Amino acid sequence: MLVLGQDEKAKYPFLADAGEYLKDKGFSLVQFGSDPVLKLSVEKALHRIKVASAGEVYKSDIDKDGQASKDYVLEREVFSFLLAIVLIKLTGMSTLIKRFALAEARRAEIYLEKDLGNASNKSKIDLATRIIYDLFNIEITKENDFFVIPVSDYLKHSVTFHEREWKLINRHVENGKVFLTPDKTVRLIRKELGSYISSKIINAPKPSMIPGLENIVNELISISKKLTPTYTITTGEYPPCIKHAIDVLEKGENLPHSGRFMLATFLLSKGQTVPQIVPLFKNAPDFNPRVTLYQLNHLAGTSGSATKYSCPSCEKLKTQDLCFITKECDNIINPMQFGKKRT
Amino acid sequence: MNEIDIKFLEDSFKKYYFNHFDLITSPQRTSEREFGYQKFNSGMFRHISLKENKELHLLFMQNIPSDVYCSNAYYAFPNSPMSEKDWKEADLIFDIDAKDLNLPCRKNHTISICNECNQTSKDTNQCVKCNSTKLEKKSLPCKNCIDASKIEVNKLSNVLTNDLGIDKENIHIYFSGNEGFHVYVYDSQFQQIGSKERSELVDYIMFRGAIPETFGMKKFKPNRSLFPDFDQKGWNGRFSKYIFGSKSKRSKIISELLDSGYSSFQKTLDNVSENIGVRIDPNVTMDIHRIFRLPGSINSKSGLSKVLCTDLTKFDPYVDACFLNDDPVEVLANCPIQFKLKNKKFGPYTNEKILVPTYAAVYMICKKLATIA
Repeated sequence: MLVLGQDEKAKYPFLADAGEYLKDKGFSLVQFGSDPVLKLSVEKALHRIKVASAGEVYKSDIDKDGQASKDYVLEREVFSFLLAIVLIKLTGMSTLIKRFALAEARRAEIYLEKDLGNASNKSKIDLATRIIYDLFNIEITKENDFFVIPVSDYLKHSVTFHEREWKLINRHVENGKVFLTPDKTVRLIRKELGSYISSKIINAPKPSMIPGLENIVNELISISKKLTPTYTITTGEYPPCIKHAIDVLEKGENLPHSGRFMLATFLLSKGQTVPQIVPLFKNAPDFNPRVTLYQLNHLAGTSGSATKYSCPSCEKLKTQDLCFITKECDNIINPMQFGKKRT
Repeated sequence: MNEIDIKFLEDSFKKYYFNHFDLITSPQRTSEREFGYQKFNSGMFRHISLKENKELHLLFMQNIPSDVYCSNAYYAFPNSPMSEKDWKEADLIFDIDAKDLNLPCRKNHTISICNECNQTSKDTNQCVKCNSTKLEKKSLPCKNCIDASKIEVNKLSNVLTNDLGIDKENIHIYFSGNEGFHVYVYDSQFQQIGSKERSELVDYIMFRGAIPETFGMKKFKPNRSLFPDFDQKGWNGRFSKYIFGSKSKRSKIISELLDSGYSSFQKTLDNVSENIGVRIDPNVTMDIHRIFRLPGSINSKSGLSKVLCTDLTKFDPYVDACFLNDDPVEVLANCPIQFKLKNKKFGPYTNEKILVPTYAAVYMICKKLATIA
């Protein structure tokens, strides 16, 4: 495990062991409910969660270089993080975990990016690359102004991104490595950083209520309830890519394999059954009911590997020439989202 | 296919497997692979696991398969159903097929066989005899097809070695036994990546999904100094060479690109993908559970063998992958196109009884252009 200095713990508080840290400093959780000085950390923790639940990133008292003049400022940074976790655990609200983990990941990103980009301070670069290696098993090396990572590692992390800029073709690739700027390097692991922090929260033991903190916990519960997801209504209309695929089949023209895959997975996800879908393919020039049934059952996960296949993303469909975007698509990233409106 | 033809093909294949078993490359880590085979006029037998070369030999001798396949994946339990195999990793495989290259020569050597009356004719959409539109297409690929496929193989090798850092020794090129090449990559950093990641790799190799910014064009305040140059590595360098042609034209072409604007540049990128991208079959590379024709085995679409190409430039499939014997056989041939095997020309034949060497008889019967007389 990494050995961290106080300022590093303040920047990356999720790396600190909560129990150990409090013990080291000679405090128990109960004291935070009553001690007026320690309560300042509780207020800071509350603020940290509120900022996160509003979808923003909490701004630390430490400046962006992670340097603070006084030790107690750094200490409070770590306390407030650890206490935020305690408070969230006491609320038992999973919405808060998600929002808090994401916001804290964004915050850590700022420091990681700064540390990686700090050309003059090798130890900071080393720390940031060590953190990335220890947490996510990605080996990053520095080459001139860039950070290079193996293409396979890049792909594992970037495949979940929808922006075209993250496609491998839009990166500098050389000799099995991808060249990234510090900000892109850190952006690449954002999701994992978020998952890492949320798993830390989920796996933390739930403490019993700390006397003096009841009101704060109740306040957080009511904030969380307001965040419950909005309902969506759908127009029920098919997106243009699906309409096009159906048109092609109706005309008896050939729809490529990728198009058939898209159509079938789309309709299956919309709740249609295999027997309902088979007739659509009847006009295909190479229609064979046995093969069609086999393939649809495979996609539905009722035969073969039992994996249910989902509809490809708009980005994927674009590269397969299956996208026929209209303004009704309204920036969706998967055909399944077409026509959904938030109320 | 009729019984007599099947018997003849099985006998010819058996002789080949008996005499040329040394050509069958038992894959590395045999016991972790899934094998499968087909027999003439029957379905696929899959989920077979074999411990060693001897068992593979036995499979050939006992079953006289029309086609034999082996997974690129390594499993803990290769003979279990798909969901229980426990996938470990898979070699990276690329399929380059002449039929996907949209070559103009194709129509000259494609034959239409009517499913209703068996009439064969040169490429058509309607049977010349009974007007049926239910036609089966067979192609007798020409030298041009093979040469065009070789160009794609070389483009692919270039991307694999220069961009993706793969050692040349770990790239094996096989003639598929019919119309193209299979390129295998062993022991690379990509062994363990899944289907989605492989699909992304495919887009890279095919030059799909590129955005203008990557190649120097900005939406706002575009700047000519950002455009790539010839000596740059990867796609930037290859794109420069293709789009600028020569160093003297570079400046003028950049001005033209800037004048046409951002969306026009995007169209240029989409269009050049056809020319500079490697034309591989994306579905093959993405599939991490597929079984591939076993190197050394015969392709029943042609009677030619899937063989390793050590010298791609000199490789001639109609000589180097044709291993069946010369024993003369009488066939009734209906082959409207001339073809060449082992440096000998055959056809065209119009409903003719002819005496041809076994390898040529097998080729035509596999293509449904002849039957045993």
